[in-house]
Amino acid sequence: MTEPLLTVENLEVTYPGRTGVTRAVRNVSFTLGRERLGIVGESGSGKSTLGRALLGLVPRPSIVGARKMSYAGTNLLACTEREWQNLRGRRLSMVMQDPKYSLNPVKTVGNQIAETCFLHLRTSRKDAERRTLDMLQAVQIRDPEVVYQLYPHQLSGGMGQRVMIAMMLIAEPDLLIADEPTSALDVTVQNEVLRILDDLVRERGMGLIFISHNLTVVSSFCDRVLIMYGGRVVEECLAQDLQQAKHPYTRGLVAATPSLDVRRDELATVMRDPEWLQ
Amino acid sequence: MSSTGTIGQVGRRHYLTSIARSVISFLFSLIITFIGLTAVTFLISKMTNIDPVLALVGDKATKEVYDLAYKALGLDQPIWVQYGIYLKRLLSADFGVSVLTGQPVLTDLIRVFPATFELATIATVIGVLLGVPAGVIAGACKGRWPDHVIRVVGLFGYSVPVFWLGLVGLFFFYGKLGWVSGTGRLDVFYNGVVTTRTGIILIDSALEGNWEIFANAFGHLILPASILAYYSLAYIARMTRSFMIDQLSQEYIIAARIKGNSYWGAVWRHAFPNIMVPLITVIGLSYASLLEGSVLAETVFAWPGLGLYITRAMFNSDMNAVLGGTIVVGTVFIGVNLISDLLYRVFDPRLRTS
Repeated sequence: MTEPLLTVENLEVTYPGRTGVTRAVRNVSFTLGRERLGIVGESGSGKSTLGRALLGLVPRPSIVGARKMSYAGTNLLACTEREWQNLRGRRLSMVMQDPKYSLNPVKTVGNQIAETCFLHLRTSRKDAERRTLDMLQAVQIRDPEVVYQLYPHQLSGGMGQRVMIAMMLIAEPDLLIADEPTSALDVTVQNEVLRILDDLVRERGMGLIFISHNLTVVSSFCDRVLIMYGGRVVEECLAQDLQQAKHPYTRGLVAATPSLDVRRDELATVMRDPEWLQ
Repeated sequence: MSSTGTIGQVGRRHYLTSIARSVISFLFSLIITFIGLTAVTFLISKMTNIDPVLALVGDKATKEVYDLAYKALGLDQPIWVQYGIYLKRLLSADFGVSVLTGQPVLTDLIRVFPATFELATIATVIGVLLGVPAGVIAGACKGRWPDHVIRVVGLFGYSVPVFWLGLVGLFFFYGKLGWVSGTGRLDVFYNGVVTTRTGIILIDSALEGNWEIFANAFGHLILPASILAYYSLAYIARMTRSFMIDQLSQEYIIAARIKGNSYWGAVWRHAFPNIMVPLITVIGLSYASLLEGSVLAETVFAWPGLGLYITRAMFNSDMNAVLGGTIVVGTVFIGVNLISDLLYRVFDPRLRTS
């Protein structure tokens, strides 16, 4: 087997605070090929911080440490700022949660997408514009020429998220991190956006890290799942085996998902045990 | 590509109509605000116990002359008629005669306002050119040494009184070093050489191509302008810093970094365009307050400007001059607000459609 796309060994992210350090990500190791990896966990379990750490964008006072963190042969731990800038957007990229906040409100959609092009591909203005229109088409926006000129506040949530996807994929990265890409959207458009994301990732043969708290989506969308609790990966399993998970936390999560077919008088709550963090 | 050409046109046409619409709605609000302004100045003139008739005829006049003047000024009419007369006079640019200078107030204002305008404009230009970048850098380097340096320098400008800075500045740069010219707008022997067209000496001398006078006027202007600029710079930098800190914590900044922008690329290309609206407000207010005329700076530098004129008029109960000055200051504020409001629409697309 060829070298995996991404290798992470013993990743730790800590925030120094007034009452001592907070360990947001603890001793996380995994490898990723050109596959879909889901990362599931409740709020505050460190899944978003993990995603940011992979892009070298954890906010300032925090400390990132790992035994190994490499991406397609590049040692990410030794990257200079300049090297990171060439990697981000071009080789690895990220779709963020809410397009309402993650698109720049005073720049047109077209210019924001074309900017990624300018930053990495050294194309002419015309060419960047053409690629942007193609990319808008690829995320199934009907009138790319019109949407090109719109500002983010003129878009619906679903459109905004498609623009986000276009912006992050236009430079054709090999790895995409999707951090709760549909959580801020209407349920009706969630599936549409997921389908677009799915098609693009499949078409381009990219690796995908799908961060979510939605077990159902993750198990149907991903090949493999990491379950995080308190900054730690408590279990790793294949998506289809999620129902037969061994760890009590994962089983708790699965049990707490209500099913449409079975009538239940009481919903199970997730039990937590501090022991798991030891 | 022909398709992109049409997008551009549609966008531009939409943009122009929205600008036109806002101009009209602003002209309307301008009229309303102006009526409010004149009503206030009119009421002030009614409430002060300075007798306008006495100011006109002098205290040696006979009872007959006094009564005649009383009638001629329309003071026997009901108050709304008097307000009507007042408005009519204002519209024909008649502010009455100044007791102090013996000249029509309008003539005085045309003389003093350009002096203040020149000073305030140069001061604001310097304040913006230095203050905005300083604020952006301080905000982007929050908590590190560039931030501390800029804050200390700014705090100094904010807290040291203008007259002290003026005197010390004159002592060093004029007295000791001789880098700048002294007080006043021009050296005495240059007075009256250039025809007054705008009253702004830099422009008048440039129009005539008289660069000797231009240089002399600039030498007189630069010190008081720099000192006023220091004050507005400190204010602008402080506000810019806090606007930047606010924007830099937004999600779209992280998105910009993920795309491959450098930190400073995200700061200037993404965060900075987003602070334009509050920044324009701050710059506009600071400019308008400088246009009122800075009494202290004008006194220290013997600058024949609006602040000095209004203050002198007030000390001498010269009501016509005070009210005329108030109208000018009020109009300046209305004008600056109007321009700021138009600029908001240029910089923030969210404000264009409404």
